[in-house]
Amino acid sequence: MAQSQLAEQENGMRIQSIEALDALRQDILAHQDPKRPILIVCHGTGCLANGSPKVSDALRKAIAKAGFQAKVMPGIKTTGCHGFCSRGPLVIIKPAGLFYQQVKAGDAEEIVNTTLIKGDPVERLLYRDPNTKEPIPLEKEIPFYKHQQRVILRNIGKVDPTDIHDTIAAGGYQALAKTLTTFSPEEVISVVEKSGLRGRGGAGFPTGRKWRSAVAAKQKRGGPVYLVCNGDEGDPGAFMDRTIMEGDPHAVLEGMIIGAYALGCNQGFIYVRAEYPIAIKHLIIAMDQARAMGLLGQNILGTGFNFDIQINRGAGAFVCGESTALFTSIEGRAGEPRPKYVRSVEEGLWGKPTVLNNVETWANVPIIIEKGADWYNQIGVPNSTGTKVFSLVGKVNNVGLVEVPMGIPLGKIVEKIGGGVPGGEPFKAVQTGGPSGGCIPYALKEVAVDFDSLTKAGSMMGSGGMIVMDRRDCVVDVARYFLKFLEEESCGKCLPCRLGITRMREMLDTFSQGRGNKQDLDDLMGLAEAIQDGSLCALGGSAPNPVLTTVKYFKDEYLVHIEQQRCPAGVCKDLITYHIDSEKCTGCMVCARNCPQKCISGERKNPHQIEAETCIRCGICMDSCKFEAVQVS
Amino acid sequence: MLKFKINDQEVEALPEWTVLEAAREKGIHIPTLCYHEAVGPSGACRLCVVEVVEGNWSKVVISCMYPVKEGITVFTDSARVKNVRRWILEMLLAECPASKEIQTLAAEYGIKNSRFSIKNPEEQCMLCGLCVRVCREVVGVSAITTVGRGVHKVIGTPFRKPSEACVACGSCVTVCPTGAMQTRLDAVRGPVDAHKS
Ligand SMILES: Cc1cc2nc3c(=O)[nH]c(=O)nc-3n(C[C@H](O)[C@H](O)[C@H](O)COP(=O)(O)O)c2cc1C
Ligand code: SF4
Ligand code: SF4
Ligand code: FES
Ligand code: FES
Repeated sequence: MAQSQLAEQENGMRIQSIEALDALRQDILAHQDPKRPILIVCHGTGCLANGSPKVSDALRKAIAKAGFQAKVMPGIKTTGCHGFCSRGPLVIIKPAGLFYQQVKAGDAEEIVNTTLIKGDPVERLLYRDPNTKEPIPLEKEIPFYKHQQRVILRNIGKVDPTDIHDTIAAGGYQALAKTLTTFSPEEVISVVEKSGLRGRGGAGFPTGRKWRSAVAAKQKRGGPVYLVCNGDEGDPGAFMDRTIMEGDPHAVLEGMIIGAYALGCNQGFIYVRAEYPIAIKHLIIAMDQARAMGLLGQNILGTGFNFDIQINRGAGAFVCGESTALFTSIEGRAGEPRPKYVRSVEEGLWGKPTVLNNVETWANVPIIIEKGADWYNQIGVPNSTGTKVFSLVGKVNNVGLVEVPMGIPLGKIVEKIGGGVPGGEPFKAVQTGGPSGGCIPYALKEVAVDFDSLTKAGSMMGSGGMIVMDRRDCVVDVARYFLKFLEEESCGKCLPCRLGITRMREMLDTFSQGRGNKQDLDDLMGLAEAIQDGSLCALGGSAPNPVLTTVKYFKDEYLVHIEQQRCPAGVCKDLITYHIDSEKCTGCMVCARNCPQKCISGERKNPHQIEAETCIRCGICMDSCKFEAVQVS
Repeated sequence: MLKFKINDQEVEALPEWTVLEAAREKGIHIPTLCYHEAVGPSGACRLCVVEVVEGNWSKVVISCMYPVKEGITVFTDSARVKNVRRWILEMLLAECPASKEIQTLAAEYGIKNSRFSIKNPEEQCMLCGLCVRVCREVVGVSAITTVGRGVHKVIGTPFRKPSEACVACGSCVTVCPTGAMQTRLDAVRGPVDAHKS
């Protein structure tokens, strides 16, 4: 193709002005029939793994076979994660918003025939209340969604992330247009400052203030300023940032472009962990489409503003999410932190002023610009404005990704949205903030989930992991689990972290083997404090948190391990024995069949016994007994 | 000249100095392991911690990298500082039990025994990285490096092969604060793999 033709073709797609963007949006909307049925099939990572591509294929075939007239032909749209992955694959039928869960390819014809043609729901695919067993047909009525406030996730599960037109129809890039037409860079910073937005990546630093310092550093030093998006997300069990990058990549890009305008920056970077291939793919598609349309790259929206973004794949080390390690990694060296006595807004990437913000932080920026700081301030609580996305996992009925206003009581997230602990008993504790966070007990279930309250409780917001525990979880074991994770993730540069985490873990090992004494517990506190004070970066600095909070709130449980050599939760293998309650045992023989050691004996319909010497305390008998006859002591 | 306090003493320093440099100038002792005038600081051993009080907040920082500042007060022996030092030394005793230097240093701070289990009774190296930095920054050949990450990290040669780059100057042996490099230099040059066994 001749050069001029190519240029013409590219220009043909480019949006040359703000007005043209609006015209395009109106045009897309005008061609949409709001009554046309659309089958939304979740293609988030969870549903993909559960076979959603087969479901969308089968639905496509079933629609083709049903012989709809072209005018009323139902559409199929694949989207990012809806957050309720434990129920996937999900299919939502618009416009009504009918919610089908655990859909299989074999259900496709029935969905088309019963729902699309006859207009009736397919009963067996509906979500049912776990307690009443009543079906709840509409997505918005399901408690998991009803108590959420989806601001950042508003488009995820609605738009096709690989089609920029869909995002534009949903209002994407309106905030960028508004920025470029009505705000000076200074005004953008001032709106972000007034919104009270604080970083969602862990420390909760005020975003507007960070930007302002970078501008000041740029003026002082001259030269470029860089902008970086942190998509390293290494907390075990956390998938907030992945979901945003996969499901609404344009929100991240738009936030970054607005930020670049405010900072006078021409080059940005997105650092994504290599384990997130779909996120990387969707970001690349989104960037290509945005460039082709003149929303990214040279002369954005015909205003003369240039900004482009490059993707860097993370090496998969947890510590690479730390700001200084992330910079060295982008620069092509081993990702090791360095002391931050000079802040990275002044000396970041290649020693230049650099603004690093988390994925979710960037995704907050467009909506703040679009709706204004006052609107944003109404969500959440003073000092922690807006919403926060959490990944709710562990001993909770509704596992998934949830978005709530800041300041919501912790118990409400677990009980209302999460549906509480399976079996209905109260939760024991919730670990917030990932491995660097802390364990909050049930007694504090009214604690407000905001930056300052969580810190006051000894935990932290972190990036948004939330692990629910029940009475079968042992706090000593939980603390050991996080230390083991961090032990492997320490970069090894500084001594307190490299040696200290292992030594703390070894001390906990002795407790879980019933070998410790009270002095050890005091010493553990001293070592924890030394690691907090002495470590180079926040990985080591926050590594003792799970230990400190579990000792703070569950000291009795530690003491029972130490003084009575007992594990009340029945987890620490060296401290427990299993036995069968002869009153409750019905002699069904299930436990005996499942026992890998074959150390359970007894006649059918007569109480069974466990032979203690051979038992390896795997707990399989306890899990398999339907009559709660297997007990631990 | 900037003015600030170390413990009860008024000190003066040039703006580009670190707290450690200002302290040494005044003859105030702060223990260090991974610091050496000849190379850039790395902040690895954390033994040089001090507590800095500025206004109504305080924090523990490393003196070998913390820049001096007008009006701050630096404590070299506060309870928090002592606690960090105590645990570092106690862990080091178990980590490099064969190092006389570490034993002497720990004894100076009253630590004679370690509660922690010893993995390798022969070990002397504490991975402060001084040898690597001297080889790279002063000698300019980068014959040695750190291999592996985290708890698996060791001092070795690139790709764990004997290094042809080594010029046998012995600078690494001279800077090594634990005596570990003495036994290691042969491995760097010699036929066998250089690694922390
Ligand atoms: C060990 C460690 C890991 C981190 N990992 C991440 C991460 O995966 N994603 C992230 O956004 N921030 C992470 N952070 C926090 C970043 O250092 C930094 O504070 C954050 O990206 C700043 O963005 P924000 O102000 O928007 O939160 C990590 C910090 C530490 C100490
Ligand atoms: S605290 Fe841990 S992760 Fe951070 S620099 Fe030190 S060793 Fe590396
Ligand atoms: S050999 Fe010596 S100088 Fe090199 S890292 Fe080990 S202790 Fe430090
Ligand atoms: S991947 Fe489908 S709901 Fe999360
Ligand atoms: S001497 Fe300062 S950190 Fe080692």
